[in-house]
Amino acid sequence: MDKSAKPNVIEVRDLRTQFDDVVVHNDLDLDVHSGEIMGVVGGSGTGKSVLMRAIIGLKRPSNGTVRVFGDEFYEADEKTRLSIERRWGVLFQGGALFSSLTVAQNVMAPIREHLHVEGELAQDMAALKISMVGLPPDAGAKYPSELSGGMKKRAGLARALALDPELVFLDEPTAGLDPIGAAKFDELIINLKESLGLTVFMVTHDLDTLHAACDRVAVLAEKHVIECGPLEEVRRADHPWINEYFSGPRGRAALVAKAS
Amino acid sequence: MAESAAHFDIDVDGGVLKLVASGDWRARFLKQIDNRLRDFADDSVGRDLVIDVSGVERLDTAGAMVLQRTFFACTQRTENSRIIGANDAHGALLAQVENHLAPCHVSPVHPNAFMEMLRRLGVGTMDAINAMLELMSFIGQTLFTAWRVLTRPSHFRWTSTVHHMEEAGLNAIPIIGLMSFLIGAVVAFMGAKILRLFNADIFTVELVGIAVLREFGVLLTAILIAGRSGSAFTAQIGSMKIREEIDAMRVLGIDPMEALVLPRVVALVIMLPAIAFIAAVLGVTGGALVAAGAMDISLALFAARFQETIIINHFWAGLIKAPFFAFVIGVIGCFQGMEVEGSSESLGQRTTLSVVQSLFLVIVIDAFFAMFYLEIDF
Repeated sequence: MDKSAKPNVIEVRDLRTQFDDVVVHNDLDLDVHSGEIMGVVGGSGTGKSVLMRAIIGLKRPSNGTVRVFGDEFYEADEKTRLSIERRWGVLFQGGALFSSLTVAQNVMAPIREHLHVEGELAQDMAALKISMVGLPPDAGAKYPSELSGGMKKRAGLARALALDPELVFLDEPTAGLDPIGAAKFDELIINLKESLGLTVFMVTHDLDTLHAACDRVAVLAEKHVIECGPLEEVRRADHPWINEYFSGPRGRAALVAKAS
Repeated sequence: MAESAAHFDIDVDGGVLKLVASGDWRARFLKQIDNRLRDFADDSVGRDLVIDVSGVERLDTAGAMVLQRTFFACTQRTENSRIIGANDAHGALLAQVENHLAPCHVSPVHPNAFMEMLRRLGVGTMDAINAMLELMSFIGQTLFTAWRVLTRPSHFRWTSTVHHMEEAGLNAIPIIGLMSFLIGAVVAFMGAKILRLFNADIFTVELVGIAVLREFGVLLTAILIAGRSGSAFTAQIGSMKIREEIDAMRVLGIDPMEALVLPRVVALVIMLPAIAFIAAVLGVTGGALVAAGAMDISLALFAARFQETIIINHFWAGLIKAPFFAFVIGVIGCFQGMEVEGSSESLGQRTTLSVVQSLFLVIVIDAFFAMFYLEIDF
């Protein structure tokens, strides 16, 4: 693993998570550097989403430490936790928008709750975020049930960005989008990362996303991270799952798409 | 880190307005200055404006947004207007938000309060009419499905039906029994107090017997079942509807009426009379115990008087109503579940509606039965 000068935003050490007797992760280590897009890949059921939930405080590990912004989340007091939570944004797989609120109200919810900003300023801030994720202005007044899958993800991202987080978690951001929509979403994430200086932790299945967006890739298998590094390095690693994943028909197609 | 809140000063420099921003221009500090910024922008529409951001220590998208908003609200876009003094990071942020300043709608717009009232009145009326028609059609479908299953008994879901009989019926017995017992006791108390004035204590037996057998036992059961199981039916079927499970069933060739609705309705139709019977027994027991404890009517006397004066008709008059109540509660619970769409809010509304409607209809049907019995002298 390269020792870069950039500080680690996320530091996972010796992580062990389990559901009753089923161990999902064991001795898992992972670093995410500031300002990078980290892609986490792995077969179904290897615990990619569980890892994300362990980092964002939704699944308490049975052993090991999770440090985010240098603080140990699960040991921290209420105040520290709150300040950590303000500095990250999370996009859940289905968007997880509040179904009784419009898109704009969804985006305004964290602004109201954490910044105590109301009225026109909150609306302007919501409008900015909605526009930044590429939604048309009239989407603000729509309810989540009126949106398509891609729009829901964009709206979810707008809500995740509401507080100008330094760190953004994305759970399969391109799953369920058509290839054009998925490519646009990749572009959006790269664009936002560049302009806002975000660090991105992304769980994905999408090989095109890995090629297009991710600075580094972590491969989950056998309950821990078997490879972590730039995509080119990881691809060359000798592991049956990695070989199959990157050299299968889809892996090769993504490579061709990248080259062209 | 020195946190000095966002701050700005206005200068006039050779006819050009100059806004000098300083401090921490992040979202949390903006609300103190947002109104003043808006006032400033309103007062300065159409004038040249230079915004100097060299004193800004920290900036986020919200801060960049209000700066850009003020800039575009005032300026005439001449070469005299510009934002100066931004470092690289701040410049990138300002450039990033520049294209995203258009306001967006927050909630659906309704142009006119009066028209909106008319619209809602119309929509409400049509909804009510449609809901009634749809309920009729749903009842028809349920009966038709029941008929079809009767002719092809292998299609009947025994497991599911028995499950719902336990869930909605058996598990409800303790609470319904307790309620009925207490109501019987209360009726006996209230009645005894008045009847003693006329030296007619013994009529407490008739009072408890007739009230509990004809009305309270079955009505109480129906009300509790509506609240307990009708709402559960709506919630179960409604959340299946939201997750497209109902659609999946249809596509797989499984009739939701047959698989979901009929077992629930049949389970209630079987169980509600049974529970109503238990409720009636416990209600009378409650009355008898109060009569024995608080008055001079011993249990033996109560039993003898009960046998002598309460004809079996009272018992049947109550119990006959039970399957009708059960049918209405089951059908409405399932119907409202099927009507759920989209959001969890809709699920909540439908569950409420389910309980309200089935209670309403139970009382209405009870009133009809009362009139009917009166006419035929039952």
